[in-house]
Amino acid sequence: MSVLKSIIDLFFWLFQDGAFWIFAATAAGGAVAVVLTQNVVRMAFWLILSLGATAGLFFSLNADFVGAAQLLIYVGGTLVLLIFGVMLTASGPFVSIKSNPGDLVKSALAGVALLSLLLYSACQVNWMDSEHYDPKGVVATGFNPSADGNTTRELGLSFLGARPDRDLGSKTGALSAGYLLPFEIVSVHLLVVLVGAAYLARAKRRKSPAAGGSAQA
Amino acid sequence: MPTEMPTEVSTQLIGMNWLFASPQVNPGGGIAEYFREKVPSEAWAFGIAAVVHAFLIINFFAVAPLFFIWLERKVAGRIQDRLGPTRVGGKFGWLQTLADGVKLIQKEDLCPQAADNMLFRMSPYLVFVASFAALLVLPWSDGWVAQNLDVGIFFMLAVMSLEVIGVILAGYSSGSKWALFGGMREAAQVVSYEIPMAICALVPVTAMGTLNMVDISRAQSGLFTNWMLFHDPFCFIAFFVYFTVATASVKRAPFDLAEAESELVAGFHTEYSGIRWSYFFMAEYGSMFAVSGIATALFLGGWQTGLGIEDALFTEGFRNWGKDSIFSGFAVGNYIANLFGCLVFLTKGCVLVFVQMWVRWTLPRLRIDQVMATCLKYLLPISCFLFLGITLWPLCVYKWTGRTTLLPSAVPLGQKSYVPPARRAPPQRPREPQQNEIKQSELNVPVPEMRESKQTTALPTQEVRS
Repeated sequence: MSVLKSIIDLFFWLFQDGAFWIFAATAAGGAVAVVLTQNVVRMAFWLILSLGATAGLFFSLNADFVGAAQLLIYVGGTLVLLIFGVMLTASGPFVSIKSNPGDLVKSALAGVALLSLLLYSACQVNWMDSEHYDPKGVVATGFNPSADGNTTRELGLSFLGARPDRDLGSKTGALSAGYLLPFEIVSVHLLVVLVGAAYLARAKRRKSPAAGGSAQA
Repeated sequence: MPTEMPTEVSTQLIGMNWLFASPQVNPGGGIAEYFREKVPSEAWAFGIAAVVHAFLIINFFAVAPLFFIWLERKVAGRIQDRLGPTRVGGKFGWLQTLADGVKLIQKEDLCPQAADNMLFRMSPYLVFVASFAALLVLPWSDGWVAQNLDVGIFFMLAVMSLEVIGVILAGYSSGSKWALFGGMREAAQVVSYEIPMAICALVPVTAMGTLNMVDISRAQSGLFTNWMLFHDPFCFIAFFVYFTVATASVKRAPFDLAEAESELVAGFHTEYSGIRWSYFFMAEYGSMFAVSGIATALFLGGWQTGLGIEDALFTEGFRNWGKDSIFSGFAVGNYIANLFGCLVFLTKGCVLVFVQMWVRWTLPRLRIDQVMATCLKYLLPISCFLFLGITLWPLCVYKWTGRTTLLPSAVPLGQKSYVPPARRAPPQRPREPQQNEIKQSELNVPVPEMRESKQTTALPTQEVRS
């Protein structure tokens, strides 16, 4: 009973934001359409809608950076590569995928398992006890322009090794360590990947002189 | 483990005290704030603000291509020693585009038999929406921005990268080999050119220390020597590299291989006709203005004239003139000041668009391998070098001169005493919300305390986390 009640509470809490429903419906509907479509490029189109709506969800939660990153990496990067790959590799027009029923059952099982896990953990949270929750249906929001969209500065400075939340205005002038080291490790990792890609894609001149000659010409 | 560093040095180098400490004004919140007390719920206020902003931007997005297409015809005509349109709408043919539009609406909405019907019909909208959404964060004037995002330039580049998907889908779904070739070329070209474009946009961002386009434009106030273009040699080169790359990324000649009339009939839009065809061109001209707007905001001072006359003309008294005369929270003087800034911004953007047209009708089209080689062998290394240079420049200059910039008239960016003119006396600004103002004396208050003292938004994520 308490689970049902918390679901209803969750529903009313989410209903405060109309944009949420538009984005959520688009994301979920796009995802369902991806599963149901057989044409690969149409799948990519529905995936654009789904991922774009997910970015919209991030924006509606004031997580601008995550939303823009979602658009840039998944929609603008991965999907373009997907369509590009299909166009490069397709032997005929409008490639379609037909999956056998066994795969359908397996993936459905995996999906249902994940969904039940997520639902279970969502219902474990006692939404009533949240101090900002008002049972009359009014979420204690305030229009706060000063904090709106202010999501990246502290993040970026922390990556540079400064922690504005600790250091700004402190009397000692000491700087905290921040996340410079993990950031640098990731950068070096990316550099290694780039060098590796360049190595793999380089023109192999020594092994075949004929190909080298044509490359120079 | 804390590292010891003199406070002045850390302030100079990190240099963003004013960004943290001064109130982050959200001009986009102005309308929502105004309606908040007058409508039943906050969602309504945001809805009204969204409708107003979307209405204004979509009108610009619809009217600007009308002007640009007419301008393109006139520029092309003059460069080719012709007159261009002369008859429709009087002496200069300024209604030519409207006549074209009427013609395009009347034409039959065709879909080829071999095409993938749904994708064929949807892809113009994808291109249109991506180009339109990029204008959301463009700072038209001080306080005139639809969404003052802190990740403004990042958002803009992200959204503009979506445009290519529509072009590829259009090329793929047309069921025509010419369109497919155009789509493939577009994919290869734009995916390559996005990299130097983003890196070049990062050069002034790195120098300025913020991704927020309003803040970047604000910090370039005063004389034109304060523009990022003249900030240092790397920014100066970055502007030209950015402009080249941006021209390519909006698939304008000499990089318009996706259309390439001489080889591919019309490229990705070969099979399109009527209003769907015109969506592609509205998006193209909208994107031309969007990339020019980025260049204007990042390098050319945004809405500032560069003559230093803003501070003299639009004093606090002028900005407060006619305050609350029409409705509360609206000042006529402030409106005039912002309108002037908006006109300056539009002028700069249109000049850059004109340069793109000039280039188009002057230079011959590159071959596709030349296009790719230009990007990957020249523009990408140059932009990487510029990015490296701009990270080292302030350190070197600070080492030698004790300031982070060389120019005598320029205010050193990030200097502690530096407060942008627009923020000098915030409480008198009519368009800005009043309740959350921070006094100058509180500039050194740590950020978390400043936040806690305010009314915070009850975001679900924050709630769950706390």
